[in-house]
Amino acid sequence: MSGPLAESVLALAPPINFNIDALGNLFWQLTIDGLAYGAIYALVAVGYTLVYGVLRLINFAHSEIFMLGMFGQYAVLMLLGFAPSGNVYSEGTLLTIVYLGIAVLGGMAVSGGAAVGLERLAYRPLRKRNAPSLVFLITAIGASFVIQEFVHYVLPQLTDGELGGVNAQQPIRLVAPEEQFTIFGASVTNITLIILTSAFLLSLGTDVFVNRTKFGRGIRAVAQDPTTATLMGISRERVIMLTFLLGGLLAGAAALLYTLRVPNGIIYSGGFILGIKAFCAAVLGGIGNLRGALLGGLILGVMENYGQVLFGTGWRDVVAFVLLILILMFRPTGILGESLGRARV
Amino acid sequence: MTAPLNERPKGGVGDGFRSWWNAQSRVAQWAFGVPFILLLALLPLLNIPLLTTEGTNFGTVMAQFGMYALIAIGLNVVVGQAGLLDLGYVGFYAVGAYTVALLTSPNSPWNQTGEGGWLSSSWAWLACLPIAVAITAMSGLILGSPTLRLRGDYLAIVTLGFGEIVRLLADNLDEITGGGRGLSQVAYPRLGVAEDFPLGVFSAGNVGKTLNSGVWWYWVSIVLIVVVLMFVGNLERSRVGRAWVAIREDEDAAEIMGVPTFKFKLWAFVIGASIGGLSGALYAGQVQFVVPTNFNVINSVLFLCAVVLGGQGNKLGVILGAFIIVYLPNFFLGRTEILGIPVDGSSIAEYKYLFFGIALMVLMIFRPQGLIPVRQKLLTYGRELYVAARRRSKETAAPANPSAEVAK
Repeated sequence: MSGPLAESVLALAPPINFNIDALGNLFWQLTIDGLAYGAIYALVAVGYTLVYGVLRLINFAHSEIFMLGMFGQYAVLMLLGFAPSGNVYSEGTLLTIVYLGIAVLGGMAVSGGAAVGLERLAYRPLRKRNAPSLVFLITAIGASFVIQEFVHYVLPQLTDGELGGVNAQQPIRLVAPEEQFTIFGASVTNITLIILTSAFLLSLGTDVFVNRTKFGRGIRAVAQDPTTATLMGISRERVIMLTFLLGGLLAGAAALLYTLRVPNGIIYSGGFILGIKAFCAAVLGGIGNLRGALLGGLILGVMENYGQVLFGTGWRDVVAFVLLILILMFRPTGILGESLGRARV
Repeated sequence: MTAPLNERPKGGVGDGFRSWWNAQSRVAQWAFGVPFILLLALLPLLNIPLLTTEGTNFGTVMAQFGMYALIAIGLNVVVGQAGLLDLGYVGFYAVGAYTVALLTSPNSPWNQTGEGGWLSSSWAWLACLPIAVAITAMSGLILGSPTLRLRGDYLAIVTLGFGEIVRLLADNLDEITGGGRGLSQVAYPRLGVAEDFPLGVFSAGNVGKTLNSGVWWYWVSIVLIVVVLMFVGNLERSRVGRAWVAIREDEDAAEIMGVPTFKFKLWAFVIGASIGGLSGALYAGQVQFVVPTNFNVINSVLFLCAVVLGGQGNKLGVILGAFIIVYLPNFFLGRTEILGIPVDGSSIAEYKYLFFGIALMVLMIFRPQGLIPVRQKLLTYGRELYVAARRRSKETAAPANPSAEVAK
């Protein structure tokens, strides 16, 4: 390198600010907000991890399943008579909970249905042909394209421009963020509370389902050894369908929680980055491992929030990806290891 | 593996042509090849009625095709030959483009074309080409050495992350890269300066009807493609290429047979990356303007689509794939009728990602090997033996083919 180039490099101000004071001041607030975000990642990550555990497939289109869930709950709210506007509806606590409950069921129905449909249409024909894993992955990418572009172009034509299209949906807001109490000086809003409690209940339910019930045992058996599981009388196809359904349902629930947090996020491309990060979370915790996905989601959400304050808003996603690469370098099987399936070298 | 002729997997379109081509001597292949390439190069000037595009200039479309073809050849080394799924290829493309832009754009703090710089303004682009290739190769090495030890599926996601990181860096380091404003006035070959073209024929300002800058860039890319094809083709027939095939087919087996898999995977990654950087540099010169939004991850997927569509591992196949990806949307753009049948071409062009997605899914079910699939012919023994074996089997017309063909 010549003289002037080196000088001009040195003359530049450091492009990344390193704001450690802000991190110290906001530590607890960031932790709590990060946990709320992380809980959403965790719920989506479960879908990745379960499918990976059973099929050894990165279901690239899972982010689009999540996106469809956002549209699903939005459509249900519209059917209930809520007109999209920037204002917050105040229906009283009980009614709000009822409406949110209906919306979450709508989102879960759309996501779960889409996940099962995807499995039927895209992956099952490939399984019948014994396709190599690269083929599955490329199909998943293709499916992701198709679903995104469907919402982008076709959905607005089917719904007279009410749903889908280039722009984000005008939000329907049922809950306004209100501070409920403070903990270590950090304020906890009602939205954070809703997200954390529902995510906790859902993940607890999933954990019990996978580890304690007959269906869960089937999933774990297929993940461990598909051939032996089939010999023991477990229908592999049904387990696969169940796995996709479970992942889709959780993604649908996560979709509602996400729209509470980010009301303007309902857009055809809105699932993509979130999906990648949820996948990162799944890998972080150890892909194929249910509890790992939950833990990975929380860690990713919190770390990302710290990084955002430490380095600046634009670096949020960079932190997530660098964290992923670092974890994979030093612990390739993730934090908790790959316990749902067999550990592969 | 010896398989009877009729039981071998069926080849693609024109399998007969392929065996005819392989039977020709080197000299004869060049004698056929050179006029064909010349014909391809003259395509934008011939103005063939149904072939030319209506909504956009055909020369510009062909220039874009040249760039995509180069990318597809590079990505094919990684995905098709070595079997490593790289979803962040656009990252290397961006590194190449930004290297040229940072060194030659007046908006960049590292501009070397002005006073005191070490690049002359006329030849800056050409001088930056090897620098861009070297820097992208380096970035491939940096990304590859920690991640290529991972399993295949992890590699896909890590490279995807890398592609995003490069774009986010370009977006966030705005004191260097100009952030979202991008870097403008990137250098290009200032050749053919005449009264009509005060900035040279390669300038983006040269927008004539037939012989515009697009055509000139298309010719540059053809030269680069031929050079890269020769380089990659020789690699493919060498020890390196055989190692790649072995790794792609079964990595564990390759390792046991003594192939240093990590080393060869890294080679594939670095070579693929540098070809990506080359096409990025080509892009920067052609458009003379780089912004982060042009390097979205969706481009990576489009590149991958070109490779998979054409046929992973087959160099000509992926060029065809690149042509389809670039040409088809442009073919429909602005067209109101095809052979008298009225169509709404512009909206078909708008839905291109939808159609590509469906095409990928359908292709994976019915023809996962792509339009022109690769045939691994006796890579271990070389071409001559294959030709000899082929001749003998024809003479004896024996049902069993004596050639020891590598399965699939």
